Amino acid sequence: MLKYIIPLLLFIIMAVFLALGLNLKPNEIPSPFINKPAPIFSAPKLNAPEEKLSPADLKGKVWLFNVWASWCVSCRAEHPVLNELAKQNAVVIVGLNYKDEPNDAKTWLDTLGNPYNVSIMDQDGRIGIDYGVYGVPETFVIDKKGLIRYKHTGPVTAEDVQQTLLPLIAKLQAEP
Amino acid sequence: MKRLLFIFMLMMSGSSYAVDTHQLSDPKQQESYEILTKELRCLVCQNQTIADSNAELAGDLRRQVYEMLQQGKSKQEIIQFMTDRYGDFVLYKPPFQGKTSVLWIAPVVFLLLGLIMVFFVIRRKKAAANLHSQAGDLEMDAEKQKKIRSLLEKGDPS
Repeated sequence: MLKYIIPLLLFIIMAVFLALGLNLKPNEIPSPFINKPAPIFSAPKLNAPEEKLSPADLKGKVWLFNVWASWCVSCRAEHPVLNELAKQNAVVIVGLNYKDEPNDAKTWLDTLGNPYNVSIMDQDGRIGIDYGVYGVPETFVIDKKGLIRYKHTGPVTAEDVQQTLLPLIAKLQAEP
Repeated sequence: MKRLLFIFMLMMSGSSYAVDTHQLSDPKQQESYEILTKELRCLVCQNQTIADSNAELAGDLRRQVYEMLQQGKSKQEIIQFMTDRYGDFVLYKPPFQGKTSVLWIAPVVFLLLGLIMVFFVIRRKKAAANLHSQAGDLEMDAEKQKKIRSLLEKGDPS
């Protein structure tokens, strides 16, 4: 009897591990930034390169920091969702135009619509490294004190907005 | 067969060339550069180090390592810089801590379990063999020989 139970038990243990493995998302690397201050930068604005933006300018506001690029295919899929979100005026949306050509980026916004209150340029990817960006698009939610509260890797979908982003934004707006 | 072997060997030959290399004037720093780029994971391609990968991000991270070494930063400082931004995942060799202890201990545990099992199986087989040879195998042999002889003499009746 034992002869049959032991292999069965081993099989069950293995099956459980494999089942757990199926549900893991190895592409989603936990961000070490949650509840840490948003890294400092001072970067030129896409539409006015002589002006610079830094996170300090956004103190007291809840803002989304969305990493995008005109060469990024998933950003194209995400774009209509951001346009919709921008219409609701629930949150300041700042774009990080990551490793892109300014002219390509401007054309992209002109043709597809511009959901960003402001976009800044990161042509050599240094701000991206400071934010631990490894897959565009990525979206950070930053609270009034300048702490990163949430990070989303990959394109934001309409469900993500409804189920995660909007409730979180409402909660953060209510914070002092 | 030869062709299969050839294909197999082709599959086993990893790409060992570096994609682009930054050259540091100080050989000691150059050594650190090579060690570091082989310890840091390319986060886009996940199973490649930043030394092996030609993804854009890997190139940026190599540049970052290169610049920090030029500024005289230590290996420890660079690793800290990377884990602050990308988490422990960026390290090919995960640090030993609560969350990763299973990762480090499991192989040893499995090896020990295997050895224990082999030990018991061998012992049981040995005991069985001993029992067998003691239980009058000679008698059996005599009987068998008799049968063989009779078969040889009379031929197989069947």
